[in-house]
Amino acid sequence: MRLILQRMLAVVGLIVATASTADEFGDPKAGKKVYRKCSGCHQVGEGARHRVGPHLNGIFGRKAASHEGFKYSKAMVRAGDNGLEWHADTLDSFVENPRALTSGTRMSFPGLRKQKDRLDLIAYLRQFSDDPANIPEADPTASPVDHDLDPAILALEGDPEYGEYLSSECKTCHQSSGGDDGIPSIILWPEEDFVIAMHAYKNKKRPHPVMQMMAGRLNEEEIAALAAYFATLDNE
Amino acid sequence: MTFNRRAFIGTSAALAATLAAPMVRGQGKPRVVVIGGGAGGATAARYIAKDSKGAIDVTLIEPTRRYYTCFFSNLYLGGFKQMEDLGHSYGGLAAGGVNVVHDWAVGVDRAAKSVSLAGGGSVPYDKLILSPGIDFVEGAVEGWDLSAQNAMPHAYKAGSQTELLKAQLMAMPEGGTFAMVAPPNPYRCPPGPYERVSMVAHFLKANNPTAKIIVADPKPKFSKMGLFQEGWADHYEGMVDWIGEDFGGGNVSVDPGAMTVTIDGEVTKVDVANVIPAMKAGRIAELAGVTDGNWAPVNAADMSTKADADVYVLGDASSQGDMPKSGFSANSQAKVCANAVRGALTGSKIFPAKFSNTCWSLIATNDGVKVGATYEATPEKIAKVDGFISQTGESADLRKATYEESEGWYSGITSDMLG
Repeated sequence: MRLILQRMLAVVGLIVATASTADEFGDPKAGKKVYRKCSGCHQVGEGARHRVGPHLNGIFGRKAASHEGFKYSKAMVRAGDNGLEWHADTLDSFVENPRALTSGTRMSFPGLRKQKDRLDLIAYLRQFSDDPANIPEADPTASPVDHDLDPAILALEGDPEYGEYLSSECKTCHQSSGGDDGIPSIILWPEEDFVIAMHAYKNKKRPHPVMQMMAGRLNEEEIAALAAYFATLDNE
Repeated sequence: MTFNRRAFIGTSAALAATLAAPMVRGQGKPRVVVIGGGAGGATAARYIAKDSKGAIDVTLIEPTRRYYTCFFSNLYLGGFKQMEDLGHSYGGLAAGGVNVVHDWAVGVDRAAKSVSLAGGGSVPYDKLILSPGIDFVEGAVEGWDLSAQNAMPHAYKAGSQTELLKAQLMAMPEGGTFAMVAPPNPYRCPPGPYERVSMVAHFLKANNPTAKIIVADPKPKFSKMGLFQEGWADHYEGMVDWIGEDFGGGNVSVDPGAMTVTIDGEVTKVDVANVIPAMKAGRIAELAGVTDGNWAPVNAADMSTKADADVYVLGDASSQGDMPKSGFSANSQAKVCANAVRGALTGSKIFPAKFSNTCWSLIATNDGVKVGATYEATPEKIAKVDGFISQTGESADLRKATYEESEGWYSGITSDMLG
């Protein structure tokens, strides 16, 4: 373990030495403060147990929704089955906006918008994931994938009429009534969540082959149009 | 099927509309007639009525009062679904403003722009959408014709044929033989022949484990072949004997009286024979004069026929390019067509065509697989853009999630089609 830590530190040192920007890997001490926002529901560290949320020991490299004995939302179970694993990049996306990564998660947390907070938090949590077998060496030091959408994309105003036409393709599987059995509901989402989620599929960050394919051929305007349409779709 | 608020409020008026005879409306509203209430026709009728908000008069002609989905009908054979799970009424369409006429369309006069009905009378149209599904090519399997469909069912139109095949399956003697004569390409799918083999094997493994399944196939390979063969080996070892083209699977004749199937000269006495002959467009497409060979060629941009710009063909009956003959495809094509027809009749905006398809199959309990693709309209055809397929060796969790997803899709598409 010590050897691995030393090697990791060496890697960190190397990157810090060559990177001109500020620390990209987060400060675990600052992360402990950020973690207070989580501690109402999650325990971490020695003796941590499941509370409202699952405990967070050993989370790096763990398949989503894989703790026996914790009752996850259907959405999180599905995400795990589809291949979602917790690493620095996926944790970063999730903590930024839980519903955008996993629609229907029961984690009612608005998300950490500041990248520094997220990096610090992840650095803190990393300290409780010390099983070398589970942790690719790059994991704690990998910088988050750039999932921060260009604000210009988020600012795009969608054409709901176009969205309605495009939506017919979604509605073969996603019920316009909002029904949710086997396939999640996509109505009445905040537009921003919808746009972030669709771009996450488009960029193949969210793991689901059908959605990656469907989102993959939608352009920015089309995703905005769908977001605008579904955001206001009251059960027709 | 769930009824939503608006459908519930509209039900009584809608039922009256269902029962009313078709009538010529004199207000000069444009008229769309849809023949066939399956995944293509029902979707087209519903979307045109819904999106035109009463500006277009939509009539759906469909002989049966209750619609049984071909998709998931194999799951009925396997014991995963009941027949009533597959049945749906047309009440939701009627509630959505579609004039549903339960009768057979027996002729199309394209010069006069009218459809004649078996019950007498005719229905005029400005735009005609045909979604008649499939019929069988006469003489495709030596020794079999429609008069033999009770002795050797095809079960390729869901409902009584599917129930008959299930009854025969249940009555098989211990250690008996189930034979399938598989169709050549292109064929309607679902109900896919190979999912059906899986479901029959699932039933037999539990109820008649020494029984055998023989598949005579005129094709050298088939969709999702690797996934199915892996599944058959894992779940039903030694039960399924698939005889492809290379081994004479295309050289088949049957004798429904003697209950024998002859494959490449070898005569086998069988207990159940599921004969799925070569297919062609449903007969009304041929009567309308829009077919060329077995199918109706269409323009990819709007699904209008090459023969007549005011006649459209959706789903299995069309010859369109790369899409498979699935309910998902028909539903996807119907939306493109509905948008184009509405635009042509009312001047509403016509958006560019986009198509997609995903086909799920169940191999065994909680062992679901899928294949899918997206498509675009080119001047020549509907052309594949991108696709994916389940992989062999996937985790049991993923296969279970895939099956659950297919159940979600079933709820989604049936409410999308029928309201």
